[in-house]
Amino acid sequence: MPDRNPVRIGVYTCHCGTNIAATVDVKALAEFAAALPGVVVSREYKYMCSDPGQDLIRHDIRDHDLNRIVVASCSPHLHEHTFRTALKVGGLNPYYFHMVNIREQASWVHENKAQATRKAKDLVRAAVCRVALHEPLERGRVAIHPDVLVLGGGIAGIHAALTLANAGKHVYLVEKEPTIGGHMAKFDKTFPTLDCAACILTPKMSAVRSHPNITLLTYSEVTKVDGYVGNYKITVLRHPRYIDEDLCAGCLECLEACVYKQAKVPDEFNMGLGKRKPIYIPFPQAVPQVPVIDPETCIQFKSGKCKKTCIEACGERHAINLQAEATTQEIEVGTVILATGFRAFDAARAPGYGYGRYPNVYAALEVERMVNASGPTAGEVILRDGRRPQAVGIIHCVGSRDENTNRWCSRVCCMYSLKLAHLIKEHTGAEVFNFYIDIRTPGKGFEEFYQKLLTERVHFIRGRVAEVTDWVFDPSEDGKLVIRVEDTLAGFVRRIPVDMVVLATGLEPRADAPEVRRLFNISCASEGFFLERHPKLAPVNTFTDGVFLAGCCQGPKDIPDTVAQAGAAAAEALALIDAGYVETEPNTARVIEEICCGCKTCNSMCPYHAISFVGEIHKSRINEVLCKGCGTCVAACPSGAIRQNLFEDDQIYAEIEGILTHA
Amino acid sequence: MARSYGYFPGCSLKGTGRAYEESLLTLFRVLDLPLAELDDWNCCGATSYMAIDETAAFGLAARNLALAQMAGQQDLLAPCSACYLVLRKTQDYVGRYPAIAQEVNTALGNGNLKILNSVRVRHPLEVLYMDVGTRRLSEKMQRTWHGGPVACYYGCQMVRPYTEVDRAFNPTRMDELLAAVKVPTVDYSLKTKCCGGSLTGTTHSVGVELNRILLKEAVRKGAQAIVTVCPLCQYNLDAYQSEIRRITREHIEMPILYFTQILGWALGGDIGSLGLKRAISGRKTIGQWFTETRVEKEAYA
Repeated sequence: MPDRNPVRIGVYTCHCGTNIAATVDVKALAEFAAALPGVVVSREYKYMCSDPGQDLIRHDIRDHDLNRIVVASCSPHLHEHTFRTALKVGGLNPYYFHMVNIREQASWVHENKAQATRKAKDLVRAAVCRVALHEPLERGRVAIHPDVLVLGGGIAGIHAALTLANAGKHVYLVEKEPTIGGHMAKFDKTFPTLDCAACILTPKMSAVRSHPNITLLTYSEVTKVDGYVGNYKITVLRHPRYIDEDLCAGCLECLEACVYKQAKVPDEFNMGLGKRKPIYIPFPQAVPQVPVIDPETCIQFKSGKCKKTCIEACGERHAINLQAEATTQEIEVGTVILATGFRAFDAARAPGYGYGRYPNVYAALEVERMVNASGPTAGEVILRDGRRPQAVGIIHCVGSRDENTNRWCSRVCCMYSLKLAHLIKEHTGAEVFNFYIDIRTPGKGFEEFYQKLLTERVHFIRGRVAEVTDWVFDPSEDGKLVIRVEDTLAGFVRRIPVDMVVLATGLEPRADAPEVRRLFNISCASEGFFLERHPKLAPVNTFTDGVFLAGCCQGPKDIPDTVAQAGAAAAEALALIDAGYVETEPNTARVIEEICCGCKTCNSMCPYHAISFVGEIHKSRINEVLCKGCGTCVAACPSGAIRQNLFEDDQIYAEIEGILTHA
Repeated sequence: MARSYGYFPGCSLKGTGRAYEESLLTLFRVLDLPLAELDDWNCCGATSYMAIDETAAFGLAARNLALAQMAGQQDLLAPCSACYLVLRKTQDYVGRYPAIAQEVNTALGNGNLKILNSVRVRHPLEVLYMDVGTRRLSEKMQRTWHGGPVACYYGCQMVRPYTEVDRAFNPTRMDELLAAVKVPTVDYSLKTKCCGGSLTGTTHSVGVELNRILLKEAVRKGAQAIVTVCPLCQYNLDAYQSEIRRITREHIEMPILYFTQILGWALGGDIGSLGLKRAISGRKTIGQWFTETRVEKEAYA
């Protein structure tokens, strides 16, 4: 031990009100600690985390010349930082500190006071043994590149990008589809205010297009991510749209000129209800206002025998290039916001409801397009044969709250079902039935909207629908779809004949979520949505520093919550950028090169890709910035060549000895 | 020569469901698929037993499975849906719950038997679909159907809760097999609804009403016959048609066939060996449909 001997330890036992004191005899614990070797001061106090509590430590460092501190209180997750700061203010290296968790690991999980106290004593003895061997450590600093990658151009990505751009940061907004806008662009009205989705979204889309601080990369995907917080190198694959974004003026004359006089290809934007040409623009307000050619259906790509009237129409601009190929682009950013959104549940996976079997069973997004004035039916709600429905059933929780498919509540379906009920009633005057398990309206103005629907003579039947069928029990059902349901309020099984069934499909993780997860080295929760660092206190952070989450990729949420979260993610990124650097924890691992035999065992084990192999010297090396101090490599190294700060062998052995030495 | 399938007829195929056995044996003969009837088989332990004494039911089913295993069979064919389900369920429970496995094996031990779950319980519908395939059926087709469209009725036990035979909702394999021999089918939404099972014997009026619903919907969809995969379904739908006519004054009369009868006939099986004469309802129609017409040259090509 290079510095000041002898070791002079201060031990502080916290009552945490009664959280600890009710189950652990704190006085006895403090007396016990006072007698341990090297302990000079031992105190107990009601709240160690309070200012007076921290002052105790500072004053004792000064008055008793302490050089090691142990605090027995709560989880290090909560207050380790608090106490380390107290040490620093008191003039000690903050790593001359060890924290003992006698709350979550003793008082909260035991009822017998004597036994809980004994366990707390063992834990404190272990800490005292270990802290004596602590060495001073320094935190490192990493500079932050000020540019930001926002992945996903739905409302979450758009809002995050604009927030950052308005704060003067340069943003790369990468979107997989040919246009930004995401799911929100497909909606007609938004609940509960019923304002037009396009009217509130398209101004923001235009702002993205014209913002000097935003580089918009549509029809693009991230294929590779290198680097670490502050210094990411991102490879973006740009699919060819066959129309040069810089040369195209957005006149759309090429669409008119296409040899396909009639649109024949099912239109993705309208959920296949409408048709488009092989050269198309997804919707009138698409951003960028640049068409795209679909090589799967374009005659030139299929047979090479097209008159290429599109190129003729483009004329002198020469914006159309059928030889275009995919390109890659490398960008450097310091932080990343993932806003990759969700996938609507495939209604065919709930086969009892007849989607794909009975033509007049629709998924909610299809009806959303139908009620939209610019949709495939110009705002008319009609059946596949053109009739107007006289009765419509909306089935809630399709692919939500279901043991057979997805167990979670998708949060938005109750409200969008109410909205669709209102719109369908408004457009058709039909009888509308809602079939629900519970009506969940927890947002601002949501319950009021539900109450309004109740006065609009929309029917609400509580019960999970058993099946949608076309078998007829009674002649009045002929030609109808029959919804069979147990009405759990009335207490019997009902058959409700309707003309149209709308399935309120839930939200689930995108199919490519696992791929994105791997690229950015973040985690997914069991259901597949990206995992936030803490469900309450770090809801937009991930376990990877510098990577933040916004919108439905983290879990189902409505537009207000998505926008709020996108703003929060932007703020978190800004905080990092404006600080200019991040401090890194010093509890990292390092390779002792004289011992390392270059076997590479550790290389593949590191979950953070922090270990590389240096060929010239035939040794492994750990990047301290990437290392999270998990210790996997330390344990894996067959030569014992890897050591880790704060987890040195002698420190761990001392701790074990301490815990096993019963008084 | 293909490998043989162990064959567990169960009580029905030797009693009310003899037409099923006869047509099944004929069909497998024309397909060159040998069936080896299980020696010394016993009651499968189905519905009524399972509801009253589960352990005894598992024991009964397990003995049949153990016998099949002793006989060296890989597959045990159970044409009756009730047999299929109880055998399949026994395998499932024995595999999943060690306590049940122990109880069952203690009982079997008295007869020097032990259940290893090495036998695959199979239904002929699945065997025809998976092992033979629609293509081979089309190739082997010998007679052209000139009867009316039929409704394929799978019943409730065949696809629930186990889905090896077909999907639980809207199963289609029987429809596909019949389409392979050019028999038109209708979209029959009640294809997995209850036929009443043993209710026709216990709570008669309820059982009959369920059958009325099935028959009436088949008529509405334009079917002229219902095709079944289970002797109990076939019996229920076949036996009470005159009673339904009397109660409802609706003219409902249609043949209730086994899918093996249609396939056996289409593939050129001996018409007298398909059990067609055992039908109760629609005998005249059956006589008109199942005749010696051969596939016309162009249709065959």
